[in-house]
Amino acid sequence: MATYSLKETKQPPKSQTKAVLWLKDNLFSSVTNASLTFIALYIIYLLLPPILNWTIFDANFDLTADNDSCGREGACWSFINANFKMFIYGFYPQEELWRVNTMFGIIAALVALGSLLKSSQYRAHFIIGSFLIYPVVAFVLLYGGLGLEIVETDKWGGLTLTVVVAAVGIIASFPLGILFALGRQSEMRVVKFISVVYIEFVRGVPLITILFMASVVLPLFFSAGMDFDKLLRALIGITLFQTAYIAEVIRGGLQAIPKGQYEAADAAGLSFMQKTMLVILPQALKISIPNIVGSFIALFKDTTLLLIIGLFDMLAIVGAATSNSNWLGRDTEGYVFVAMVIWVILYSMSRYSKRLEVRFSTEHK
Amino acid sequence: MFTKLKSLLYNNEVRAILFQILAVVVIAYFAYQAFDNMMLNIEQRGIRSGFGFLNDEAGFAVNDNFFLEYSPASTNLQAFYVGIVNTLIVAITGIFFASVLGLIVGISRLSSNYLIRKMATVYIEVFRNIPILLQILFWYSMALSAFPSPKNSISFFDSIFLNSRGLYLPRPVEGVEIYLVLASFIIGVVSYIFIKRRSNKKHDDTGIETNTTPYFAGLVLLLPIAVYFASGAQLEYPVLKGFNFRGGVDLSIEFFALAFALSIYTATYIAEAIRSGIESVDNGQKEAAAAMGLTQTQSLRLVVLPQALRVAIPPIINQYLNLTKNSSLAAAVGYTELVTIFSGTVLNVVGQAIEIIILTMLVYLAISLVISLILNIFNKKMQIKGK
Repeated sequence: MATYSLKETKQPPKSQTKAVLWLKDNLFSSVTNASLTFIALYIIYLLLPPILNWTIFDANFDLTADNDSCGREGACWSFINANFKMFIYGFYPQEELWRVNTMFGIIAALVALGSLLKSSQYRAHFIIGSFLIYPVVAFVLLYGGLGLEIVETDKWGGLTLTVVVAAVGIIASFPLGILFALGRQSEMRVVKFISVVYIEFVRGVPLITILFMASVVLPLFFSAGMDFDKLLRALIGITLFQTAYIAEVIRGGLQAIPKGQYEAADAAGLSFMQKTMLVILPQALKISIPNIVGSFIALFKDTTLLLIIGLFDMLAIVGAATSNSNWLGRDTEGYVFVAMVIWVILYSMSRYSKRLEVRFSTEHK
Repeated sequence: MFTKLKSLLYNNEVRAILFQILAVVVIAYFAYQAFDNMMLNIEQRGIRSGFGFLNDEAGFAVNDNFFLEYSPASTNLQAFYVGIVNTLIVAITGIFFASVLGLIVGISRLSSNYLIRKMATVYIEVFRNIPILLQILFWYSMALSAFPSPKNSISFFDSIFLNSRGLYLPRPVEGVEIYLVLASFIIGVVSYIFIKRRSNKKHDDTGIETNTTPYFAGLVLLLPIAVYFASGAQLEYPVLKGFNFRGGVDLSIEFFALAFALSIYTATYIAEAIRSGIESVDNGQKEAAAAMGLTQTQSLRLVVLPQALRVAIPPIINQYLNLTKNSSLAAAVGYTELVTIFSGTVLNVVGQAIEIIILTMLVYLAISLVISLILNIFNKKMQIKGK
């Protein structure tokens, strides 16, 4: 009887081992591919060294250095260190900073608590409850009252202001957006007309013109005695703007719901309110969540425009800090730092929205 | 009687009418109140009303002005027109470069080359997550510090100059020759379209493909240039006088920074639209193209891209609209477009906020209406037939 034994496996030829194979497959599979690789390497060679030199190798990391001793070849990171509080809190009084920290702390605690809650019913109550109560708490903490010293809004600034404006914008525009979305889908002609005109008007003009409108024209509409806070005007403008976009996002959700759902709710004898609140909106909102997050990201980016109407969001702080004669000419450091902070926030939000999209899309397939 | 009234009140149609009347009354009331207050406020502050200010002398100089007649002695209306033209110019420049860059990056994102793919991804993720205003300010401050002073300008062939004030290009001197050049350009384009159509027809009939690129180069590019030089036309070159260049066309550094930032930012969105368009093309299409013996490039150009663009173009057109609206951020660096000139300078001088801001908004509304009209026509045309 012949016996068979497995031949000893040979090592693949050198040209087929892992690293070489990977290079060949991914970078040098053809002449075009190889030339593309060289072009890419050349671009990297052009861009990367100056960036790295400026931010790291030529930069001055001595956090106590002042503007003159810092040198001009590379970044001067002590500028960020010296103005760090201004970037985060704006001109908020030093001894009251704990209030801002508490506000941020409560947000973190709420998010942590919310993700711990397993039961979906309690979770919904918890989320809705905190959306209703938290803004009041945050307002008292930031502005004052109830025994806390009042801090006028022109002292607010930096990342705090950015977060406040974005949060107020999204929370206030949400119910309004739902109303306009329903209005646009409504069979009542007048209501539909008003909603369409409003939404299309706002979406057709740049945010900056709406902010101008809110800061210059809006006060004219009210009787002379009413003194309008600058921040409040900006918030009204931002909310009016965001409402139109949220309305369109929610309309997308409304349109995605099969007609059978509307008919079934009618057949079950539900009133308009019951149908909307119990059948249509819960489904529509769930579908729209990823896009709502997307719209929130856009709003967060847009808050930088506040600088044009003279509010000190994080970007405007760069100008404020470098106009101080101690730190002349350090704009680039400021812009890079603000860009990095905002980038981290926006990038994690967009990752989150992608994850939501995947989660919801599998449920509906 | 009472029950009848009650049943009427519960009738859906009657309720709808009542509700709408209520809505109109509430809105009319608030509008009336606002209008009333407004008139009172305007009177108290001594602000004029109406559009009479448009005929007043503007009294300020404008940095960037391309075709229109404008001087500080011109009226506010002329300043308004200069603003509109400048908005359109920066928008068109931005749209052009954003499209080219977006197309390249979008295709690169799906490249089989690892390095190219990753670079495209990094570019998109970095630039779309940084607010556009920050990018504009950043590039502006970079341009101001990185470009040399007018005396040490970077010069190309002694006719194009770049310095920290702007880019200076030679300008064709106006005269009869320009019309000759324009006419030859139009003739070139028309005859190229004719040739292209014939070659397409030949391809449809016989399957033989003719290369029309030389015709394109000859008729559309070379012909006007040849006519230009043959007619002996002159160029006006920018010349250094005093502290800066005079003559020629000058593009201010503000324009540069704005157009650059808008292109870089919007290109990321266009790239994503193109990528998702390409991904929407069924794999079978690529396999069929490969099975028919088309090369990679042919398959991309003839099979994948035409189908991908149908999906990608609506979001791309939306991005064009966004770019145009974002060009209003010029106010932050002072490129003299509509918002800077009109809602900025003119508003400061005249003080008639309502009229000025409404006029500004109307211009943007008109632009968005035109763009959404184009979009609708496109969508109608591109609908897959037989569906």
